[in-house]
Order: sequence, then structure tokens, then C-alpha cells
Amino acid sequence: MRYLPLTPAERAEMLEVIGAARVDDLFADVPAEALLPGPIPGLPAHASEMAVERHMGALAAANLSAGEAPFFLGAGAYRHHIPAAVDHLIQRGEFLTAYTPYQPEIAQGTLQVLFEFQTQVARLFGTDVANASMYDGSTACWEAIAMAGRVTKRNRAVLSGGMHPHYSATATTMARFTGDRLDQRLPDLAPEPDDAALIAAIDDETSCVVVQYPDVLGRIPDLAAVGEAVHARGGLLVVVVTEPVALGLIEAPGHLGADIVVGEGQGLSVGLQFGGPYLGLFGCREKYVRQMPGRLCGQTVDADGRRGFVLTLTTREQHIRREKATSNICTNSGLCALAFSIHMSLLGGEGLARLARINHARASRTAEALARVPGVRLINASWFNEFAIELPRDAREIVRELAEYGILGGVSLGRLYPGSPGLARGLLLTTTETTTDEDVHALCTVLRELLVDSHEGSPT
Amino acid sequence: MNAPNPAGWRPEMGEGGPAAGPATASGDRGLMLEEPLIFELGRPGGCGVDMDEPGDGPVLPALQRFLRAEPPALPGLSEPETVRHYTRLSRQNYAIDLGPFPLGSCTMKHNPRLNEKVARLPGFADIHPLQPQQTVRGAIAAVVELADWLIALTGMSAVAMTPKAGAHGELCGLLCIRAALEARGDARAVVLVPESAHGTNPATAAFAGYGVEAIPATPDGRVDLAALEARLGPDVAAVMITNPNTCGLFERDMKRIADAVHAVGALVYCDGANFNAVVGKVRPGDLGIDAMHINLHKTFSTPHGGGGPGAGPVVLSEALASFAPLPFALRGADGVVRLIEEEDAPADHPRSFGRMAAFHGQMGMFTRALTYILSHGADGLRQVAEDAVLNANYVLRSLSDVLDAPYAHAGPCMHEALFSDAGLAAGFSTLDIAKGLIDEGFHPMTVYFPLVVHGAMLVEPTETESKAGLDRFIASLRSVAKRARAGDAALKSAPHLAPRRRLDETLAARKPVLGWGG
Repeated sequence: MRYLPLTPAERAEMLEVIGAARVDDLFADVPAEALLPGPIPGLPAHASEMAVERHMGALAAANLSAGEAPFFLGAGAYRHHIPAAVDHLIQRGEFLTAYTPYQPEIAQGTLQVLFEFQTQVARLFGTDVANASMYDGSTACWEAIAMAGRVTKRNRAVLSGGMHPHYSATATTMARFTGDRLDQRLPDLAPEPDDAALIAAIDDETSCVVVQYPDVLGRIPDLAAVGEAVHARGGLLVVVVTEPVALGLIEAPGHLGADIVVGEGQGLSVGLQFGGPYLGLFGCREKYVRQMPGRLCGQTVDADGRRGFVLTLTTREQHIRREKATSNICTNSGLCALAFSIHMSLLGGEGLARLARINHARASRTAEALARVPGVRLINASWFNEFAIELPRDAREIVRELAEYGILGGVSLGRLYPGSPGLARGLLLTTTETTTDEDVHALCTVLRELLVDSHEGSPT
Repeated sequence: MNAPNPAGWRPEMGEGGPAAGPATASGDRGLMLEEPLIFELGRPGGCGVDMDEPGDGPVLPALQRFLRAEPPALPGLSEPETVRHYTRLSRQNYAIDLGPFPLGSCTMKHNPRLNEKVARLPGFADIHPLQPQQTVRGAIAAVVELADWLIALTGMSAVAMTPKAGAHGELCGLLCIRAALEARGDARAVVLVPESAHGTNPATAAFAGYGVEAIPATPDGRVDLAALEARLGPDVAAVMITNPNTCGLFERDMKRIADAVHAVGALVYCDGANFNAVVGKVRPGDLGIDAMHINLHKTFSTPHGGGGPGAGPVVLSEALASFAPLPFALRGADGVVRLIEEEDAPADHPRSFGRMAAFHGQMGMFTRALTYILSHGADGLRQVAEDAVLNANYVLRSLSDVLDAPYAHAGPCMHEALFSDAGLAAGFSTLDIAKGLIDEGFHPMTVYFPLVVHGAMLVEPTETESKAGLDRFIASLRSVAKRARAGDAALKSAPHLAPRRRLDETLAARKPVLGWGG
């Protein structure tokens, strides 16, 4: 077996050193009735590399991948071009096959990357500090709510209607068990997010307001206004960013009063991967750093006085503090953080800004083209690279019909909000630098055809 | 025992080394390359990405008031500079590709490259989690195929695939337990955790809203069944057990523990971090376990990546299966694979406790783990456990004359060998041995864990170490252990030969510098 180096002769030799007659003597503590006599029946035996590759290749080929189709999905997972150097570098064995840097003298590569990553995230978010990553945006979002509760010693969080529903659902699950109270609402299919309603929900027991930016429909909420209102009542402003490229164009949340900024870093070189692994980003004000979850890398010196890096402030963490830790998180998204950091190093701030403008311009042209399709109503007044339209009938059906034409035509709000008939005709569309004019043309052409029967008036 | 590398350093060569030798203008020492921070290298305004379109498309008027005043202050580097920066940094890391990584409880085994190749197939890597299910049947089939393997290997009823790492899996298991207890109108307040448990166990129980109480260990390193039974009562929701445990021992009384827990209406959570010791040999479902997470990044070889990502699917007993989180992957009676999300849950998975993260789980880890499992098959996985346990016992017996092995008298260990600091010269500690191993060219073992042993050293070689490789590691550890017993002063200041000497962790924590220029 190609991954197992021991030979039968070596096994025998080692058993002799140990003083055991057979390998099952080493399993003597397992109750006899629980020790399986042989391979579990009904399961296949080992297979060659070629056979496994053939099997897995067939499963992969049974999917329609984004690169094979006009593709317009976003809603928390974004398809951007990944520079070839990124995937090459993250496959260097010294990064790929290293463990968490608990022995810093021989993990300076990983640690310096984390230090650079933390700096990049903090500058992107406009926060004082950022940590070494979380699992993903949705779990980072719950951690931010929990952290705001620790900071303010309050337990009522107000969630914007513009939150990604999976993020709200994750928080709802956790709050049910922790006893936190969540004040939630659905989005309206309106041109602007209802910041006023959100502000009206803030009271003196509010630990935080959680605002997604841009919101789930792609609209831009007024963070400064919400922040001012929640700060006046002694709560924190938590901002959620699901598309990091947006912050190349719109102002950093930390510059608009956010106390904690969390996000999904997947858009920068992590890839779609059917939903994971992704990359949770977490930044906050320096004064709250001891309430932060997750690993932090800090600068120090070695015995010779040379600069070096270590994991620090570990007394917040589970392996030291156990049940009093700020979070139970241990493994995070190290390799995804590396990919993000390499991409960010290639782009730089100026490159990110240019990429963001390209994304935005592409979305604007796409929105214009779609608005000319009879039966389509453009909902947003503002957007970055994602916007919502309203269709004359259930958007879930339209998405499935588009797929029959080989078009991956966005995310229906019916999929995101089942049981909310008022949103069922909404369709969320995203374009990035990977979207071509031909893709947009194909989408508009087929959509025009699909909507012929269902809108008032004749097709043009 | 194998000869050391004939090209390696020998004592007659004298005290040369990276720290010795002539002064250099660069600060580098031959191939010991130093690398500045990206912020010290980069030029503001630089960029290593060429873009096809002009970037000056009009900005939407409604967006004007939200525009960023200036781009983030981040340098951009050309591709050659970027490749060199990260390649030079990579050389400051130890990794499993360079040698044994014997961290106890971490299962640092070889990461097969076929896994990497498969995970990058566009049909897995370039599909969106919210594509219509009709366009991703192959991906869902891969999830279900892995789920079927995990269920078969553990003898359980179902598996929740969404948890993103081991600790997230623990949370998933406890939320299933809590949902099940609440469903029978029996909310309970306490979770019992052995004192030898991973720190994530008590942290997770607290995160899930429970009070946490410790259960002591017996002198032979196992859960104290009598103490556990004495504490069990109607307020106990669950007991979290690690089996094999963090002392590297199989909990012989697991079934009795489970029976006692079930007798008071509580449930058994098993931390499956050490499943590598028994995969294919023992099914946790046969031991009365109700929930157990499986670290795909340990037992099933997905790379650790310098700290993640992981994946922590949770296998569930009949009592808990119906509470598994959304989305829930299954093969329907019609043979069609699908993911149950919120829309279908009221009809098809109504008791689910809900969603614990966006999307479906760590697909990139699922494809790697499934590739690994298919490569080994049922026979190979069994061999994995046997070789892992054989290697650990070989280490245990080869070192127990120079290191104190507190539980070795009681019989064999499982996949990891535990030593204490007893017998070291006064003033010498486990940390000195760890740092001495670094100079020998090895990554140290897990140190100071589990907490139940003084100065613990936990060595987990895994099955992917050859005998020759183990012999080299053992020879080095013997040498370092003897120096620590003899009180060799040079050991106190080790490592001398690594990219850095001992780092000042106190300074880092007292005056935190968490970013450049900040």
C-alpha cells in the first residue's frame, strides 16, 4: 500500500522489540467483543491511484462548474480570478503540511505570513487589529455577536434585514442555546436598506447592531448613521463583509465607526469549492483585543534579539483557559489565510481598488442590460458588484430553467428565504471581472425567452 | 539502528554551524535566508496583477457618498517578488514533508498528493454552494459517499457533515444532545469532562451554554468510573470522553461508562481526535457512543496547512440522528442524492437543530478525505490503525529506559506514547527536550499536555513513518533525553541551529504588536 512504509519483516522486528507476539496484542485494552476480526464487510478494498482518480474524476465531471457556464452567483461566495502563483505557493509542502505554529523557532514562515495577513485584514477593514482567521464569515459573525455581549455585558443583538440569511440562521441556532436575544427582520425589496427601522430597534439593552455591508441584496447601508445611533445607547456596531473586494471601492467599516468587523475572505483566492473551506476574517478595536476569539500572532524578539513572531495572548484560548475561553475555536483557516494574503500581496491597495472598479462597472452594465429585459424590475438604487431584480414569477423556477440552458443565473431569494412569499420573485445576481459580455448577453437572451409568457405586453 | 545521514555533521568537524562562520553583509547565512515583511518590500501603488479592462468605469451616482477615501495602504508586488517572498518564508517552516511531526493528538501523517489533485478538479473546486442541485449531483454524491464510509467505519446511524473543524464538530454534537434533551422536555445543565480532555471539550460545553465539571483520572491514566458514577444524576446532560484518550490509552470501561451515562438519561459524546488508532479495528457505535466528531485533517490525511482548514463531521447514534444540522446530505429512497436545506426540512428533517454555518461544509476536505479512504479501502484503513499503534509502541519501548513512561507498566499504548519529566536533572524541563529536538532537525512532540502528567511529552508517530525514520528520531530523542538527565547546560539555551532562538513570549503578550506599523 503506497502510503504505508512498514514492510512485513519490519513489523515482525518491531513487535519483537515491543515484546508482543502479534499486533492485536497491542489492542489488548479493547474489549474482545468490540475488536473487529477483519475488514468491515461490504466496503471496498484498497485501490490504485489511477482507479481512485478515475472514480473521483467521474464524480467531478457530473457537475456543471462555474467556468463552463455563464455564471452569476454570489450571495456570500464570489468567483474571482485566482492568480496562478497563489495555488502554486500554497502547495509548497512547508506551508501545506505544517501544523499550527506552536514551536515558533521552526514556524517563522507561517507566523510571519499570519502577521502580514493580520495587517492586511486590519488595513482592509480599517480596524486597529485583526486575528489569524476564523472558519468562515458566518461563524465569525456569531463570534462577533458573542464578543459584543462580553464587552457590553448585554445580550440583545439587533440584526439588520440585510444580513445573509445563513449568517442569521447560524446566529439563531447559537442564541437558542446561549440565551442571547436576537432581534431580526427580513429584507424588503426596496431600493435602499431600511436603516431607519434598524436604528429604531436599538434600545438600552442592545449589545450590538449587526449590519452587512454591502447587504445581502447588494445595497449599501449607511454605517455611520447606524453606528452613531448604537453608540449613543452604549452598544457596539458590528459590520459583516461577505465580499472583500468591495472594500477596494467603498469606505472601510472601521473608518465609519464599526467596533468589530467580520467577514468572509473567500473571494480573494480561496475559490468557490462548493461552500468550504472558506476564510473567516475578524477585526476590532485594540481596546477589545483581550475579548477577541481565535489565534493572534504577535511580534517579539528571540534570545539573540532578532525580530520573530509567536502566537500570543493565548490566555484567551481554549487550550489555556478551557471553559473560560473566549471561544472554543482551535483549528482555523490557516492555508486559506495564506492564499488570501498572497493574492492581496500581488494586488496591493491600488490593484484592489482597480479590481473593485472593474467589478462595479461590470455590474452596472449588467444591471442596465437586465433592466431592458421585459418583465425584469431592478430593485437596487446602489450596488457594488451584486444586485437584486424582481421577476414576474417564482425565481426558483427561473433559476432551474436557466440551468437547463446551461446558464448559472444567480441565486433566487426563494432559496435563501423559503417560506417568505413576498421575496419569492426576487433574484440575486453577481458579476465580477470573470464575467464576459457574452455571458451577460446569453443571460439576457434566455431570460427574455423565459419571461415571454409571464409578463404583461409583448416581447421586444 | 540505521546510520545517520553520512553527509551530516559529525563531531570531528568542530562547532561550525549557521550561527558560526564569517560576517555577511546581507544578514543571510548561506541558505539560511532572512526575509523582510511584505510591507518593507513593497512599493505603494505597485501591483502584480494585470487586468483586462480599464478600471475607470463610471461609478454609480448613488454610490458616490460611500466611496473609500483612499485605497487600503497595502503594498503590491510583482509576481517574481511575490513568489520569492513566500518561497523564502516557507523555508523557515518545519513540515511533515521534511520529517516526522510527532505531535501527540494531532495525527500529523503524510498528505497524499493525489488528494490535492482531486480537490482541484474544476467539478469540485469551481462550483458554487448555491447552484441548483441539478447541476451539482456529482458533488453531492461525493459528500454522500464519504458520509456512507464514515457511518460504516463508526457503526453509527447518521453523520452531520457541516462542522468546519474538530471543535465545531464538538459543538455540533453537544447541540444535537441539547436539542434531543429539550425535545423530551428535559433540559439539563451540566456536562462532565475528564481532566485529561482537550481544552476544546470544556470550552465547547461552555460555548453551548452548559456548566462544566471535571472528572478525575485513575492512577493508570483512565477515567475514574467510580467518581463518574458518583457524580451522574438528573442534571447531567452529557459526558465528553476521548477514546483512545489523551494519555494514549484505550478506555477499557467505555461500554460501562456509556451504560451508566445512559442509565441516568444522559448522552455520551466522544472526542474522535484519536480515531486513527482504531479506524477499521473498532466501531465507536459498538461502545455505546451517541456522537463523535472525526477530524478529517487527522485520521483522513487532509493537510493541516499551518493551522487549518479542518473538517469535523459528526457521526450520530439513532437517538441523535434526527437532530443533525442543516444542510443534511442523504441518498433518497429513489436513489437520488440531495442536500436538505431549510425549504425541505419541515417535511424531510423536521427535528434538525438548524444551521451552524453558511453552506454545506468543507467540500475541499471531503474530496481529499474520500480520495484517501478509497485509496486505502477497508483493508488498508485497518492497516493504518495497526501500523500507527505499532509505531507508537515501538517508540514507547525504545525510550522507556531514558524517559519516564508513567503508564507503560500497565500495558501497551495506542497511537501515541506518553512520557513525563521525571528523572531529568534539576532545573531541566520538558521544554528543554523539545527545543533540543529542534536542533536535531525534528519537530518536537506535544508538550505539557495532557495536564494529568507532569511535564508531559506525547509522541504520536503515525503510520506513515518508516522504521528507518523512526529509528533516527528515537536516536535523537534518546540523545537529548540523556543530555537532560545529565544536566547539559547547552540544552537550556537550545535551539541554537533553528531560524530563531527561543522567542520572548512574555514580551509578545505584555506589549502586543499584532500588525506592522501598529
